[in-house]
Amino acid sequence: MAFLTLDGLTKRYGEVTAVDSLSCSVEKGEFVSLLGPSGCGKTTTLQMIAGFEQPSAGHIRLGGRDLAAIPARERGLGIVFQSYALFLHMTVRENVAFGLEMRKVAKKELKARVERALELVHLGALADRYPRAMSGGQRQRVALARALVIEPELLLLDEPLSNLDAKLREEMQLELRRIQREAGVTTLMVTHDQSEALAMSDRVVVMDGGQLQQVDSPFNVYETPRCSFVSTFLGKSNNFAAMLESRDATGSVLACNGVTLRGPVAHLRPGPAEIAIRPERIRLAAPGEGLLRGTVQERVFLGAQWMLAIDTPLGGFLVARPNSGAQEVEIGAEVGLDWSPADMRILPAGEAA
Amino acid sequence: MTSRPWLLSGPALTLFGVLLLVPLAMTFVLSFNSFDFYEGIIPTASFANYAEVLGDGYFWEIFGRTFAIAAATTAICALIGVPQALILYRLSPAWRSLVVLIVIGPLLISVVVRTLGWAILLGNRGVINTALMDWGLIERPFRMMYTSGGIVLALVHVFVPFMVLAVWAALQRKDPATEAAAESLGASSFTIFRRIVLPQAMPGILSGSLIVFSMAASAFATPAILGGRRVKVVATTVYDEFLNTLNWPLGAAIAMLLLISVMAVMLAWNRLVERRFGEGLQ
Ligand SMILES: Nc1ncnc2c1ncn2[C@@H]1O[C@H](COP(=O)(O)OP(=O)(O)OP(=O)(O)O)[C@@H](O)[C@H]1O
Ligand SMILES: [Mg+2]
Repeated sequence: MAFLTLDGLTKRYGEVTAVDSLSCSVEKGEFVSLLGPSGCGKTTTLQMIAGFEQPSAGHIRLGGRDLAAIPARERGLGIVFQSYALFLHMTVRENVAFGLEMRKVAKKELKARVERALELVHLGALADRYPRAMSGGQRQRVALARALVIEPELLLLDEPLSNLDAKLREEMQLELRRIQREAGVTTLMVTHDQSEALAMSDRVVVMDGGQLQQVDSPFNVYETPRCSFVSTFLGKSNNFAAMLESRDATGSVLACNGVTLRGPVAHLRPGPAEIAIRPERIRLAAPGEGLLRGTVQERVFLGAQWMLAIDTPLGGFLVARPNSGAQEVEIGAEVGLDWSPADMRILPAGEAA
Repeated sequence: MTSRPWLLSGPALTLFGVLLLVPLAMTFVLSFNSFDFYEGIIPTASFANYAEVLGDGYFWEIFGRTFAIAAATTAICALIGVPQALILYRLSPAWRSLVVLIVIGPLLISVVVRTLGWAILLGNRGVINTALMDWGLIERPFRMMYTSGGIVLALVHVFVPFMVLAVWAALQRKDPATEAAAESLGASSFTIFRRIVLPQAMPGILSGSLIVFSMAASAFATPAILGGRRVKVVATTVYDEFLNTLNWPLGAAIAMLLLISVMAVMLAWNRLVERRFGEGLQ
């Protein structure tokens, strides 16, 4: 049985259903991200696991025991809050020691464990500073050390990196993952940043509107999204409504806005569907060749790649092209769009245009 | 460009100067003059007034009483105000605005009116004594008017809102998640209060204490009405010197001494606080 199991977890605030029968599980030692747009119920889920909110329905099991009857104080979870919630009137060392004091750990052991936790987050030199005199990244690590020092069974992180600037955030992603591996602690991290979730997690739980959309490895949620929402929320995607006309063991045929396209093996029944193609899977060809003809509408340089907006009979396409050092096609140019059927995804009909 | 800040703050500085610094400087100068019963104020420059005050046990007693009253008022204000602020902090927004109104409501009524109300309650034939005697609980009136205790009681009533507001402001500045963090680390509610909430309310308690102490030490209306001539404090003594004895220079010297001693207490308090709580706060 999995280490942490959420079973039909539901939270209602009056009319609002913040979390809607969420079921998933986390294995011991795993790093799992809870990913979703703002307001989809991520924090609420974390708060229920932490014990600060009571579920309206459903169960949370940790290491075999049901957490319902256990108050937050006795769950022994390590929590890093979005605001870090450091005790500003205490030094870094006192902050980290707090949880051990509450556990009545003997003085000598306490000192050693605090020291070890501070070393783990590379803050040994700043132990006697007050949090106010520290940078955002340092505070974040204090919060992490404070949560880890009690050697929790489960570490809960609520958007731990959202207060940091882009560069520091990338550094801290690696740092956080290193610390998590070294401590070997099962971790559930909330984030609304898809690249963060992809970069850090063993598995990603994608949520929308309080409901679970997909649970999978970062590679799989990106490569084989199960629905329209997941395909567009993680990375960029060109989605169009289509009609699945026929399918067999070698592939499928779809009609999309009057254009007939070949697709991969489909698991859906013939009927309304949606196709999704990643911008980086589309090749440009000479006009008239390839699958579609289009006109370049917009061209944005992103450093490592170009992003092109191309108008086609299907609608607007986004196409990503690696920056090879040569001049990119000009705005207004006629091009052909091509991709292999295997790069197309066929999803249940969604709300895409 | 460099002159802009001065220009902009000019009106305020002028007002400040005219209304505060000038009278203060004039009082300061006056305190070195001398007074003669027949000739009035003589523009001398001597420390005679200060020597007279500092050499007289009568004045020492008045200063001692004033500071004792101020200290007691501050302590009781803290004892009442801190729990009140904590309750206020935990109320739901709708209730909170109502309770804030109740807390600061008394400030909208003149101190004199409120103190007269206390006089009606505390007098020998006042509401409290009459009631207690009617119920047969006491035989003779329990003296509350013209006592330091009565003055402290009324001052507490006047100044408690300042303490509540100062502490509440400090509580609002703190991150509510710190309490959840402490709870997740295994702290009981009492430990959370003692180790997390109270220390974060401390700056408010300390600044509230400074406000209440300085205002209580220089309060005039309440001690004048409830203490009269029998329980004199520094402010009422200064008033008497100015308006009854007409010895303005001596009154000025007492006023300056009050100012200096209140400032000394405040600075010492600040120092103590800074050393005790250091850089963790502010
Ligand atoms: N105490 C509450 N009372 C009523 N509704 C609430 C309460 N807390 C949260 N909600 C609602 O529940 C939903 C989920 O909130 P939650 O805080 O879990 O979102 P989130 O996914 O963490 O979003 P974000 O990324 O913005 O932090 C939101 O629609 C929110 O308005
Ligand atoms: Mg949130």
